[in-house]
Amino acid sequence: MPIFTFREPGWDLFREMERLQRRMSRLYEETLGPALSRWRAGVYPPVNISEDHDHVYVRAELPGITPEDLEITIHEGNLILRGERRIPAEEKDVNFHRRERESGFFRRVVRLPEAVDPAKVEAYAKDGILTIKMAKPEEVKPRKIQVQTA
Amino acid sequence: MPEKEIQPKAKEEAPAKGERVRSGRVFLPAVDIFETPEALVLVADMPGVPSDKIIVDLRNNHLTITGEINPPLGEKETLLVQEFYTGDFQRDFQLGTLIDQDHIAATMKDGVLRLTLPKAAQAKPRKIEVKVG
Repeated sequence: MPIFTFREPGWDLFREMERLQRRMSRLYEETLGPALSRWRAGVYPPVNISEDHDHVYVRAELPGITPEDLEITIHEGNLILRGERRIPAEEKDVNFHRRERESGFFRRVVRLPEAVDPAKVEAYAKDGILTIKMAKPEEVKPRKIQVQTA
Repeated sequence: MPEKEIQPKAKEEAPAKGERVRSGRVFLPAVDIFETPEALVLVADMPGVPSDKIIVDLRNNHLTITGEINPPLGEKETLLVQEFYTGDFQRDFQLGTLIDQDHIAATMKDGVLRLTLPKAAQAKPRKIEVKVG
């Protein structure tokens, strides 16, 4: 199948560009997989977004975080994650060999790939992973259409 | 004090050491290691590892910590955006201090492992009295 076809009349440049873009992104997805979207944002914390039939999930690795340190907001299709990762100070007489774990503030906006119902959002932290589970509104859920026999 | 923001860092993959039975990636957990007069304490970030999936192995001063994660996605989920990879954690350390192997304590809370390795009696610091001769 040709990637770009020139058709007269009724040829629409914008539609043609859109088609091309769709095919290119499909090509990327097939060859490189979801790895492509890795690290695009460059803001802490990195997130993985997934979906199933009824929900959209956003997950972040935040070891040691407690619910009091987090503030989650949904606003116009954006998910806002704010918080602080605290590493409690050790006693005074300790000497460090290594210090790799990081502490500090974070505030991140994540653009949600689909519409969600802001009233049906749950967030839970387990084993250092924060999961935000958001329900899709009824109208965007995939629906099976029954074909009727005439 | 000015606010300090966390800078994102990509997870570092562990160097391959032989073949593993379990498939998937293995990462190096970020650690803090410090010493008190009585013990060596290691704190490791291992998000996604439940407390019953931690293995701490110490032999001949060679310490290995391993943590296995639960499946990162629910059964019917498909990934839309991936900014971090998920996988097990493993890291090795060569300890310079003699450890009292019978009194090692490990706790796991919210994906953070804290390992206390008490020093053996002969490794504890001793003050040397200088005698006036």
